[in-house]
Amino acid sequence: MSKAILMQGNEAAVEGAITAGMRFFAGYPITPSTEIAEQSALRLPQVGGKFIQMEDEISSIAAVLGASAAGLKAMTATSGPGFSLMQENLGYGVMAEIPCVIIDVQRAGPSTGLATSPSQGDYMQARWGTHGDHPVIALSPSSVLETYTLIIRAFNLAEKYRTPVIFLMDEIVGHMREGVELPDPGGLIINRRKMSFHDGANKQCYFVPEGEYVPAMKPFGQGERYNITGLAHDESGFPVNSNEIAGKLVGRLLDKVEKNADDICRVEEFAMDDADTAIVCFGGTARAAMDAVLAARAAGKKVGMFRPVTVWPFPEKALLARLPQLRQILMVEHNHGQMLLELQRVTRCARPIHFLGRVDGTVISPSDILGKLNEMEGTHHAE
Amino acid sequence: MKDRLEMRFAGSGGQGVILASVILAEAAVISGLNAVQSQAYGPEARGGVSKAETILGREKIWYSKVSTPDFLLALTQASLEKYGKEMAADGLVMIDESLTVPDWMDRGRVIAIPILRTAREEVGKAFTANIVAVGAINRALGLFDDGTLTEGVRRHIPAGTEEINAKALAAGAALIRPEGNKEGI
Amino acid sequence: MPSDLVHLYMRIDHLPQIWCPGCGNGVIMRDVAVAIDELIHDEENSINREDIVIVSGIGCSSRAAGYLDFNSIHTTHGRAIAFASGIKMANPRLHVIVLTGDGDCSAIGGNHLIHAARRNLGLTVIAFNNNIYGMTGGQYSPTTPHDDKATTAPYGNVDRPFDIANLATGAGASFSARGDVYHVRETIDLIKQAILHKGFALVDVYSVCPTYYGRKNKKGDAVDMLKWQKENLIPTARYYSISENEREGKKLLGVLSFNDYPEYTDEYAKVIEACRQKAKKK
Repeated sequence: MSKAILMQGNEAAVEGAITAGMRFFAGYPITPSTEIAEQSALRLPQVGGKFIQMEDEISSIAAVLGASAAGLKAMTATSGPGFSLMQENLGYGVMAEIPCVIIDVQRAGPSTGLATSPSQGDYMQARWGTHGDHPVIALSPSSVLETYTLIIRAFNLAEKYRTPVIFLMDEIVGHMREGVELPDPGGLIINRRKMSFHDGANKQCYFVPEGEYVPAMKPFGQGERYNITGLAHDESGFPVNSNEIAGKLVGRLLDKVEKNADDICRVEEFAMDDADTAIVCFGGTARAAMDAVLAARAAGKKVGMFRPVTVWPFPEKALLARLPQLRQILMVEHNHGQMLLELQRVTRCARPIHFLGRVDGTVISPSDILGKLNEMEGTHHAE
Repeated sequence: MKDRLEMRFAGSGGQGVILASVILAEAAVISGLNAVQSQAYGPEARGGVSKAETILGREKIWYSKVSTPDFLLALTQASLEKYGKEMAADGLVMIDESLTVPDWMDRGRVIAIPILRTAREEVGKAFTANIVAVGAINRALGLFDDGTLTEGVRRHIPAGTEEINAKALAAGAALIRPEGNKEGI
Repeated sequence: MPSDLVHLYMRIDHLPQIWCPGCGNGVIMRDVAVAIDELIHDEENSINREDIVIVSGIGCSSRAAGYLDFNSIHTTHGRAIAFASGIKMANPRLHVIVLTGDGDCSAIGGNHLIHAARRNLGLTVIAFNNNIYGMTGGQYSPTTPHDDKATTAPYGNVDRPFDIANLATGAGASFSARGDVYHVRETIDLIKQAILHKGFALVDVYSVCPTYYGRKNKKGDAVDMLKWQKENLIPTARYYSISENEREGKKLLGVLSFNDYPEYTDEYAKVIEACRQKAKKK
């Protein structure tokens, strides 16, 4: 008998989060993410953790940030409309450097849209949804097993870089059940934020030594009194009106992700070694892309798949490394062309970039992709 | 079994067709096959037409949506009329005996059995209809041995209901000729 | 020279505070510091300074979190109670004290106020109620009286106001009280009771804003506004000793509601314990 069990993507997110040490969840019901709240309500008290259903998504992320400041690894989960409501406090988490994980199981929008239909229309919102210049880390899984392992990484990155990490799922993966054999937790890496303040400069709570980017973080109630604020602040954690200090702070926040892009970025490549055509996609779209690559290969075409697993920051280096061998690129995503913009920016359109997208809530199939690949052989200019 | 078997389950909300699709996917996973299950969510799943899909495969299953089902379970007339049209040419349709087979459908590909009546009268609980169906589907398609299927069911039912569900599985299997579906699928 | 209280409980580096001359907020901040000091030194109910977390939102009142020398978090507009809910859930041992304003807690954050009250989550909420949005320059708030003027009510306020203490009571708060900046001793005692109270506790403290609310509505200077509080907010003992006619137009200063509903984190601890027992049986 196989050791595998049937598990839903949303369920795997909770199991992975608990393995990563998540002990607090606050959320508000919204399709297609609701199973994450339900499973958290069931599982957290079993491991001594806490669940609370808040009155809306704004308070959900606020409670998560509060719990994290008090020392628990914390998570919330939502979908499009709720993700929009969370944006202000997401920015607070970035500015105050409070680690947490925010799951957005994307659904078709705009507005209430098609509540139960798949979409990847929040890709740009994940990057630019909260106001002001800010860094973002976002990861996107394409299978149930990867949901489990990748959310552990999401917590690790949140703790390591003291920042909210967006876990960008889609309805395809969130609502799908697959057989999975969960890895032995003993072999997993679990990060924890630095708990005692860095020495030097009177042990100020936001002090960062030269050459480093991340201050240490001690939970409230452990004997170090300090202040947290969303206002521009100095190393002591208090608001300042100095443009110089504010500029230095935002610069460090941006640097901590940009300068560590190599550590943060991950991609999955399939059949890319000799590929002259790359299908670029992320999340659940990769499932149709995989079948399309297999079928194209069977037909003798040199097609491969390039999938950013870290979707923000965009894995530029990995893509540019492949660019010389490529004749053309096909961007496939369940939106009107959002990652496409990143692709164009990063490649500077050095190769023809074709696009296959969808905004009607239906799923792009392998035959849609194969049809597009055939069509591309007839034309060679970017769309 | 085919290398890739696409199954669709349709009925009205509350008939438990989603659970039937989950149990068969679970049994597949237990037996070492690959399986992917998905379902329609939202208002349409609350009292209207309820739909679920399971794909079983010997190879890794990537694309997770059913396009041309090899098998359809339909428990309501509306779901039969709607999804009966999207079947693979050699696909098999299992329906409750109370439904009317539409003129355009090949009767040779339809198994009409008393799923709802068996649950109600023989098992004694109408809500076990989905488990009766699972028993019948498993026998008709020759999918899993009894132990695997029973474990698949056990993982998805409340503790204490094992006995009545075992009864429903057996009653469902008994609705199919012992040799199963001779033409194979 | 700052007093001992200031040295002990305020972040002197960050003083003087930003509030206008005559503002009542400094009085309320001092009340909170005195209440905490008395509780720290209370042999019967002693609380630990390191267990205190001050949470604030946005607005004039919310700057108090930065001046008070405790664990402090200055959050987003309206969301202080929601942040505080997470802090309290994560570590129920902490005394989580929310310093908020009338706009912060009853307009943009009104939903969080009523739901935290309904859950009976053990927070202490001190509302600095000055009947106006001061930080943005004098717009009407949910507690600006009907017909009063504000920069966004140039013809008089069309809205009817909230009574925050009654709002909390109606939402199920197990402790709700009304204080002001004139009756200092009474208000300190109410804040102490609120901090010691096991469930959700709110003290609606009437502040004064001579700069915006007072000037717009010809209420005189800070002293005149304090006189109004002296005459119109009546401490409990006296309130119940005067006739109904004499109470006309006046408000009770004291506890409005009090009960011993089970506290939220205590209830959740029972859920965790039940899960533990169930797992042990297996």
